[in-house]
Amino acid sequence: MKSSDLRTPLARARGLGSAHTGLHHWWMQRLTAIALVPLVVWFAVSLVMMSGADQDVVRAWIGSPFVMVLLILTIVVGLHHGQLGLQVVIEDYIHGEGRKLALILLVRFVAVLSGLAATVAILRIGFGG
Amino acid sequence: MSVANRPTNRPLSPHLQVYRLPITARLSILHRATGVALSLGALYLVAWVVFASASPTTYAKFQAFNASIVGRIVLGGWLFCLFYHLCNGIRHLFWDAGIGFEIKEAEKASYIVIAVAVIATLASWAVGLRLA
Repeated sequence: MKSSDLRTPLARARGLGSAHTGLHHWWMQRLTAIALVPLVVWFAVSLVMMSGADQDVVRAWIGSPFVMVLLILTIVVGLHHGQLGLQVVIEDYIHGEGRKLALILLVRFVAVLSGLAATVAILRIGFGG
Repeated sequence: MSVANRPTNRPLSPHLQVYRLPITARLSILHRATGVALSLGALYLVAWVVFASASPTTYAKFQAFNASIVGRIVLGGWLFCLFYHLCNGIRHLFWDAGIGFEIKEAEKASYIVIAVAVIATLASWAVGLRLA
């Protein structure tokens, strides 16, 4: 403890727990899970109904405003949920501190990159770029 | 107390080579496995919208893969992972709310989760293959 820190040990620890971020990770995983329940049901039904559809049909579907919003939400929230879950799996099974950190960073970067790529692709279809 | 007259019906810790994992433990492992699979599957979904925004020839190649045997197994497996992780995830949310912790209830819920996931998967395969 730094001598300049005037807070009591309890005040510093309150709400943070052993993971140093408190409930945030756990809570975000649940929040995204609840959001994904209706989103993935909608998405799975839509995907199955478009089996064998050609590109024009798929583009017309993706490009409608309603679908654009829900599809971007599904992908971004889904990737966030997946990234949180993979982080827990990595923390459980990868024991070297360096490798663990490298893998978690890799998962984060891939998730952000994919989410952005998907969002740009969907907007491009919707706005006819 | 000597080894000979030790009580015999004490609970023992599981011996992993001979221990038959309870249904709840098996489903827990499957939840994690399908979660990892779905994370990889999300990249497939990203690829789908990116290919849809690309040229018709590029999208045709992606479609050809989807229609192949390997593509159908990947997509069909992805649907099972999704439905299973969804059903079991809802069960986890109930557990988070403190509901369903009794062993009997948890086992009953396990079978409901498997049944709903399998039925939803088979229904989606049937509709998907009919339309494809």
